[in-house]
Amino acid sequence: MPRDTVTAPLITARDLTVRFGDTTVLHDVDLQVNAGEIVTLVGPNGSGKSTLIAAILGGVRPSRGRVERAARLRIGYVPQRLVLDPTLPMTVARFLSLPRRASAARVPAALAQAGVPDIAGRQMADLSGGQFQRALLARAILEEPQLLILDEATAGLDQPGAAAFYRRIEDVRRETGCGVLMVSHDLHVVMSASDRVICLNGHVCCEGTPEVVANAPDYRRLFGEGTRGALALYRHHHDHTHFHDHAAGHAHHHGHDHDHSKDAPH
Amino acid sequence: MTRAALAGIGTGLAAAPLGCFVVWRRMAYFGDATAHAAILGVALSLALSLPVVAGALVVALVMATVVTLISGRGYAMDTLLGVMAHSALAFGLVGVTFIDGVRIDLMAYLFGDILAVSRADLAVIWGGAVLVLGLIGWRWSALLTATLNADLARAAGIDPRREQLVLTLALAVVVAMAIKVVGVLLITALLIIPAATVRPFATTPERMGVLAAIVGMASAWIGLRASFALDTPTGPTIVCVAAVLFSLSTVPSTLRPSS
Repeated sequence: MPRDTVTAPLITARDLTVRFGDTTVLHDVDLQVNAGEIVTLVGPNGSGKSTLIAAILGGVRPSRGRVERAARLRIGYVPQRLVLDPTLPMTVARFLSLPRRASAARVPAALAQAGVPDIAGRQMADLSGGQFQRALLARAILEEPQLLILDEATAGLDQPGAAAFYRRIEDVRRETGCGVLMVSHDLHVVMSASDRVICLNGHVCCEGTPEVVANAPDYRRLFGEGTRGALALYRHHHDHTHFHDHAAGHAHHHGHDHDHSKDAPH
Repeated sequence: MTRAALAGIGTGLAAAPLGCFVVWRRMAYFGDATAHAAILGVALSLALSLPVVAGALVVALVMATVVTLISGRGYAMDTLLGVMAHSALAFGLVGVTFIDGVRIDLMAYLFGDILAVSRADLAVIWGGAVLVLGLIGWRWSALLTATLNADLARAAGIDPRREQLVLTLALAVVVAMAIKVVGVLLITALLIIPAATVRPFATTPERMGVLAAIVGMASAWIGLRASFALDTPTGPTIVCVAAVLFSLSTVPSTLRPSS
């Protein structure tokens, strides 16, 4: 449930255009994320997804347009990957206290929330890919974010791992009421978990609920026809996971052929 | 002797924790460039009859800032720093010869002259040490976050460029204060070797910083005693001691059976 009753959008990008030298990476992008909603950016390689995230975080200066943040917006950020220099010793517990010290009680709670309860004492460098991403998520949760930003946070995870990771995101959203903006390549998994999907290819080519985007001609031109069936399939999984909360692996659903889109909640 | 010891210990204390960031951020060559540029500062100070520390500080600062600004513009960072470091050193060495009148002992600036440390020098060294430690302590969390990932820092409201500037400033101060102790050619050693030595024994960044400071101070103290006993140049002897400690630190992991 929303902790803060924020009615204004958390972030708004208006007319955003980013150029690197002579190359226009993004043009005329409008984007808005509200409290409590999960918005997903999809798009092919080089479509400007990561640049858009960087512009929202302030690392890239737009050549036109602007990004507005709600006053004193707390952002929790989970990067695509974090390269820890081998010379830098870092326990998971210490990492979770960056940059603001988290109380000893909240560290285990955040790790449990991220699905990795027992790793506080381990070195970051010794974690598996999945544990590492969940440690990043736990750190972001500790910031008590009003907006959680994930940039391909499941890169390097296998599909069940990614699906489980996105379920955690949904849990966090449900428990804290934060808004979520994420970038992903895992089209099927991620789209089923989203309230709104924005398909990006230098500009916003289509936007809407997962069903709307999956059926949009622009989206199908970019990603092909095949993804439609897959989306239905994963939405199917998704509806089921709400009730059963399986850890991973839903291969047994593959044989089902029901059309769930008509009773889908969106 | 007491003054020399205090000078060495003060330098080791300030240089080693800063050196941790130099190691974590792979700025070793950056340290070299800044330190080598200081010899140009020495030449300018002598020409203008200014205190050597002031000239070295200003030129080191300019150098560090210039390198930070032009990095990422076409040349790989190590190429750029290689060009800057050695050009600054060469120009400094040539510049010194233009100064009339004084026959200056260049060796004292290249390799340090810790036994000639005056009370005023000592004040500069400890003033610098307090400044650097204060700066790093104050910005510690922000520096660490920016070291991990620039976007992670930005999301938390930290400006990575400002933190880079803090390190640049601290580096210039350490260079200026360490000239008398180990000279411009060996300053980077005092930054990097203690940090590298304690890496296997540290589990958190804080512990690494504290251990590095201890090793830095110990190297200075032991090096000073050794140079007295062996009648060797002090600056290089301090670095030799640090190097030996580093070698010893690698023994445990070498002996451990690799699985």
